[in-house]
Amino acid sequence: MRRAGWLIPTLYIVFLLLPIYWLLAMSFKTTNEILGGFTLWPRDFTLDNYAKIFTDSTWYSGYINSLIYVGVNTAISVAVALPAAYAFSRYRFLGDKHLFFWLLTNRMAPPAVFALPFFQLYSAVGLFDTHIAVALAHTLFNVPLAVWILEGFISSVPKELDETAYVDGYPFWRFFIRIFMPTIAAGIGVACFFCFMFSWVELLLAKTLTSVAAKPIAAVMTRTASTSGYELGLLAAAGSLTIVPGAFVIYFVRNYIAKGFALGRV
Amino acid sequence: MAKITLQDLRHSYRGNPRNDDDWALKRLTLEWRDGGAYALLGPSGCGKTTLLNIISGLIRPSEGRILFDGIDVTDATPELRNIAQVFQFPVVYDTLTVYDNLAFPLRNRGVGEAEVDRIVRQIAAMLDLESTLTQRASGLSADGKQKISLGRGLVRSDVNVIMFDEPLTVIDPHLKWQLRSKLKELHHRIGRTMIYVTHDQTEALTFADEVTVMKDGMIVQTGTPVDLFERPRHVFVGHFIGSPGMNVLRCEVKGGKALVAGQPVESVNAGRYRGAGAGLQLGVRPEFVKFASDGIAVDVVKVADAGRHRIVETRLGDEVVNMLQPEDEAVPQGRAHLRFDPAHTQIYEDGWIVD
Amino acid sequence: MRKTANQKAWFFVLPVVSLVAFNAIVPLMTVVNYSVQETFGDNVFFWAGVQWFEQVLRSDRFHAALLRQLMFTGTILAIEIPLGLVIALAMPRKGPWVSVCLVLMALPLLIPWNVVGAMWNILALPDIGLLGYGVNALGFEYNYTRQPGSAWATVIVMDVWHWTSLVVLLCYAGLMSIPDAYYQAAKVDGARPWAVFRYIQLPKLKRVLTIAILLRFMDSFMVYTEAVVLTGGGPGNSTTFLSIDLVKIALGQFDLGPAAAMSIVYFLIVLTMSWIFYTLMMRNEEI
Repeated sequence: MRRAGWLIPTLYIVFLLLPIYWLLAMSFKTTNEILGGFTLWPRDFTLDNYAKIFTDSTWYSGYINSLIYVGVNTAISVAVALPAAYAFSRYRFLGDKHLFFWLLTNRMAPPAVFALPFFQLYSAVGLFDTHIAVALAHTLFNVPLAVWILEGFISSVPKELDETAYVDGYPFWRFFIRIFMPTIAAGIGVACFFCFMFSWVELLLAKTLTSVAAKPIAAVMTRTASTSGYELGLLAAAGSLTIVPGAFVIYFVRNYIAKGFALGRV
Repeated sequence: MAKITLQDLRHSYRGNPRNDDDWALKRLTLEWRDGGAYALLGPSGCGKTTLLNIISGLIRPSEGRILFDGIDVTDATPELRNIAQVFQFPVVYDTLTVYDNLAFPLRNRGVGEAEVDRIVRQIAAMLDLESTLTQRASGLSADGKQKISLGRGLVRSDVNVIMFDEPLTVIDPHLKWQLRSKLKELHHRIGRTMIYVTHDQTEALTFADEVTVMKDGMIVQTGTPVDLFERPRHVFVGHFIGSPGMNVLRCEVKGGKALVAGQPVESVNAGRYRGAGAGLQLGVRPEFVKFASDGIAVDVVKVADAGRHRIVETRLGDEVVNMLQPEDEAVPQGRAHLRFDPAHTQIYEDGWIVD
Repeated sequence: MRKTANQKAWFFVLPVVSLVAFNAIVPLMTVVNYSVQETFGDNVFFWAGVQWFEQVLRSDRFHAALLRQLMFTGTILAIEIPLGLVIALAMPRKGPWVSVCLVLMALPLLIPWNVVGAMWNILALPDIGLLGYGVNALGFEYNYTRQPGSAWATVIVMDVWHWTSLVVLLCYAGLMSIPDAYYQAAKVDGARPWAVFRYIQLPKLKRVLTIAILLRFMDSFMVYTEAVVLTGGGPGNSTTFLSIDLVKIALGQFDLGPAAAMSIVYFLIVLTMSWIFYTLMMRNEEI
């Protein structure tokens, strides 16, 4: 068992990489080759699909839009979640438990339920088709998650740290920013990672709340798939490019991945 | 049950150790008789846990051999060595009851249920765990959990040695003493070899018949508690054992006589010294320092009450000499003279006793 | 941890509360509002009582979608949880391969969901996809756009591909948090690998497994984008899960009343089942 132990993870990783390989392979094929029949690797290697994405503004602006609202969402979510998580971890106050559970129930709300009301709400306040609309909409599930993760990390920091700082005469906000935040830097990193992740992968709300100006890359792809018929190579190239930011972010948090996925609770 | 022999053990956690510091254990040889109560004593980082893991088979030493009753077990698995171990933090199987925890090692070895029941009840009685047998182990307090860990070692009749790795660390102070006397009592009753690893001198000296003091991956001294107290072979042992530790003063030896601050002092071993006179120190425990009408002149600095006696701190130039005085004896103020008990005054060279 | 009573803590949670309230309460009120009214367009509404709820709860279409949803969620939980556990147990604990494994395994979790759907779409195309071509070449008849069976198999394999890593990473984190002393004690006690798993690893993994099952339950119950991109809910309605059906009714047919009533029923189902499950798992825990 021990000796053959490497086999299971290896097989699993091969299984994980197969579809990604196929997507990459497709992205380097010409349309003719794709439609011509089954080929295991690109015979007619081409970068045309990528060239198109980087030169056509509807394509690359999709990436920029996505990155903007994901970035804004991450910043907002973590910024508001930090003080709240601190309060939940350190203080007892009226309705604290109910509030915490109410927050978590929002993580259980199916986005499909909220798609239409969100459309109406953000149209009514004049934010439809803006980056901030998507960023705010995604806080629905990212803020509860960020609060939950940060609360876990904060609770593992002994309360004595806070008390020592007060005794030493630190004003609260200075203590919070200069001492406390560096102490839970790993937790903040993990929370950012998760906000990034869930905002980056979500499409339903992002698509519903945008039409042109803030259209996410994912929505550009669905349009391509439906209107321009069989441009599979282009679709594959666009898809491959959406993997890049994720891979980049994972690399940065690789040492905290395991603990992070347990939400700081092991 | 077995005699345990460690032959020329060395261990390094690095692939290719270059200098002395890379060795966690720097060559040690030791023999533990069957049925004894032993302690490994030393500050943290001295290599005692490494040594423990080598004996239990969790680590294979880089060099050297381990023999149980003369049989080489260096490459044997922990299971084959038949040892039991109690860890610093209580390890119990949370989801099992106390009874099932104690039965666990027996059932793993395919012992019949009737026999399991008999042994578990007998051991539980010894450890005062009878009333909790049906409870879940996770609900017990720290000392209860440590008793279970110990019990899992005691249920097996084939155990060669039971090892304790700082077992009282998480126990409440008022229970430490109880659990320690329980251990001592159990050792008398069942006569198994027990090895107790600790950095606490009280625990080591009260538990063991023979204590091995370690420092920086080396054995500094092995001996009975009395040996360690009266004849420390190294100034480290003198410092580490006793409270306050042994006084260590610069000295000279001329013509078989020791001189401290120019004053001649009688000692056990100055006559055996043959060297040129570098790196010499004189060691004497505070218990063996007395006030006298003449002798070494010191200044009395501080007197602290410590129950039935007083700790008197005096100064000899830039060095400190501590002494223990019975409560009812007067302590002179200011200038005073000291006399060291010649039978308990030793000379050390580069830290080691002169022999 | 002991906490201090401090009502001023409300100021700390105020930003979160207002933000989430804006996002959750207003839309939820809109949904509730629609769910009890009838409209003929032009923003004219009539009180409809519980009519839509009765309609939804009695409709065969909702029952069918719910049944498909339960089958889907049940199947992927039955596959992903044990599989994730086995993979986590077999993972290396230290050495350079740990990071490599973790990074590669986390990769599917950061791919946008419609790209996941598109990726499997391309992979499973019967004529030019690696999977579709391969399965057909092995002599099985496979076409996920025509055969409900193939479509189901593809959706499930895709979900396993997409989400098993989450279970692996959670279990791995749980395993890494078990102190070495437990394994050493087990060795000394002569425990076989099965006993180590049963009496040490499994009890210590209970918390992370609870989180894993809860997350997978909730998210698979809300599955939308991947399945829609892959199969569009078809062939026929064979892979139309609750979210897909809801969007069809709300945005496709613009039947606001029934869609709203269904939304509320749907949300309540997720909430209730999560709560029941959580209570069952944590029955004997003191948290």
